[in-house]
Amino acid sequence: MNTSRPQNLTGYVPLILPAVVLVMFFVVPFGSMILISFYKNLGGGLYEEILNLDNYRRLISPFFVGLLIASFGLALAVAAISIVIAFPFSYLLVNSPRSTQVVWLIFMLSILSLSESIIGFAWSTILSRTAGVSNLLVFLGLLDRPASYAPGLGALIAGVVYTAIPYAVLVLYPILSRVDPHIEEAARTLGTSPLRTFFIVVLPMQRNTIVTTFLMILVFTLGTYLMPQILGRPQHWTLSVAISDQALMQSNIPFAAALAVFLVIVTLLIVGTVVLFGRKENAS
Amino acid sequence: MDKTQSGFSRINRRQVLAGISALGVAPLVTGFPNIVRAQGKKLRIGVYGGYFKDTFDAEVFPEFTATTGIAVESVAEPTGEAWLIQLQQAEKAGKSPVDISMMAQVGVIRGMNSGLWAPLDSKKMPNTSNVKQNLVRSNAAGEVMAVAATSWYITLVSNTEVFPEAPTSWKDMWDPKYKNTLGLLANVGNSYLLEIVAKVYFGGLNYLDTDEGIRACVAKVGELKPNVRLWYRDEAQFEQALKSGEIPMGQYYHDVTGLAILDGFPVRSTMPIEGGLLDYGSWAITKSAAPSLDLAHVYIDYMSQPAIQAKLARKLGSAPVVDRSLLDLTDEEFNAVSSDIEPITPHYEMQAMKTDFINQVWAEMQQG
Repeated sequence: MNTSRPQNLTGYVPLILPAVVLVMFFVVPFGSMILISFYKNLGGGLYEEILNLDNYRRLISPFFVGLLIASFGLALAVAAISIVIAFPFSYLLVNSPRSTQVVWLIFMLSILSLSESIIGFAWSTILSRTAGVSNLLVFLGLLDRPASYAPGLGALIAGVVYTAIPYAVLVLYPILSRVDPHIEEAARTLGTSPLRTFFIVVLPMQRNTIVTTFLMILVFTLGTYLMPQILGRPQHWTLSVAISDQALMQSNIPFAAALAVFLVIVTLLIVGTVVLFGRKENAS
Repeated sequence: MDKTQSGFSRINRRQVLAGISALGVAPLVTGFPNIVRAQGKKLRIGVYGGYFKDTFDAEVFPEFTATTGIAVESVAEPTGEAWLIQLQQAEKAGKSPVDISMMAQVGVIRGMNSGLWAPLDSKKMPNTSNVKQNLVRSNAAGEVMAVAATSWYITLVSNTEVFPEAPTSWKDMWDPKYKNTLGLLANVGNSYLLEIVAKVYFGGLNYLDTDEGIRACVAKVGELKPNVRLWYRDEAQFEQALKSGEIPMGQYYHDVTGLAILDGFPVRSTMPIEGGLLDYGSWAITKSAAPSLDLAHVYIDYMSQPAIQAKLARKLGSAPVVDRSLLDLTDEEFNAVSSDIEPITPHYEMQAMKTDFINQVWAEMQQG
């Protein structure tokens, strides 16, 4: 890849369009959100353009900090579970016949085409007492009578993991498929078992990939607001749910904006810290 | 929003074209101008999308057009405050996506306070004297801002297979025997549980006039938490769970439950002994739609007739906003949609003026 800088101004011309698009569709909306977060709410979607810190003062409270911690707790759990499932899955997929790969990839892509609310309702049915999977367990004699697992934390994690895994696989698959097969062959030739090869060769080699995918799923899950409403109980409603409530139900746009800015800043701090640590470790 | 705007600019163009062709033809054919005028008379009416709009389109608007010669274009509006925000933003731009809207009361109050609504003339709407006068909203200067359109009850609902014996009182929701079985509306602004608690446990709505009173009511709702299985935001989610018996009890809309019963589902709606919760929607007109005010007066007058209210009760399942004595509904028809028990009404002023406070206390109770 050519990474040298353009020699003169005309070399930057191809950058103009993406730059304009970035400014128009990202910098301007985000900037206006930051600005609105300092405005005074008048209710009913109206606000007064007086700059003040009231929204941020209200936000620094045990309640909203608790929400933030709960949101990150959920996101960390979902990211961890997704990686534990998606990494071995992608590894096996890469090493399977071409036709198998195609079928699975099409299946993964088709999950992405489903709307989040459909997935949420499907899971709430699967985990219900009246029509759910527990009836099957009763039929098999594993349970005395049907039970309900939704709404609840387990149901919520199941639903979000289900939506996150295709993204994880689609990130991991191309990277894993580019790994030189000779490395593993060398390990095997030296007498390492397949399982041990996976743990002492493949995993360490892909540490950065795993961290990147983990962060992507983490950020992705922080933004989820529909699943917690459908599959979670109130104590599982995330900060994103609170943001949508403030904006849509209470029409308090300035406070919704402040909460969103808060979430973005904390997320950037965490992602930044992880990336920084990764660099230091790589350097040493 | 953009869609709506391009939608009505297209209609304007069509109206202009119709007007131009009419100008050319009118002098040639006598008697024709009447029809031309009728063509120009058109009212854009915003009603809640879905079943509400479908019923109005099928049962109300065609007859209204036949009677008055005013064509109707119905526009689906969202429930909640999104519509108020759209109207307010359109007002700033000096235009309105509709001529007349059905509004929830918090929206009516907010719009009234920000000067959004055009004053209505009761003299041009003689039938509005039929409407219960506490459902006609006036501003401080005594000008009529909004007139009740239709009302609906929130009642105690239950699955008849899971609970053969119907609950009778709102207080039953606190009974430990209903542990983990209730579905309740998630928001303080649509469940109206504070109002229900104030009436049932604290002697009346006045109890919500102070912050301490509000906190006490929220705490009482908090005692329900062990019994609540689902705090629902999406009506369909609870309705489906109620029908299947997954979540066999809760609070829900009396009219929609009636439809589910007609469809043969094992559900029932019980009017609690303390009264059901009665909420209502009103017709209101933004100032920028003032050129259509005369047509809107005709429309509100038409909708306020007892015969039309009876028809809405039969077809839409809504509770009439006129007194029962004016209606030709049989006991059976009346009891299917309404009740003679004094209803519990939402504390709209609290909902509109203390929105942030009640939502914060509510969220801390609910999520704590």
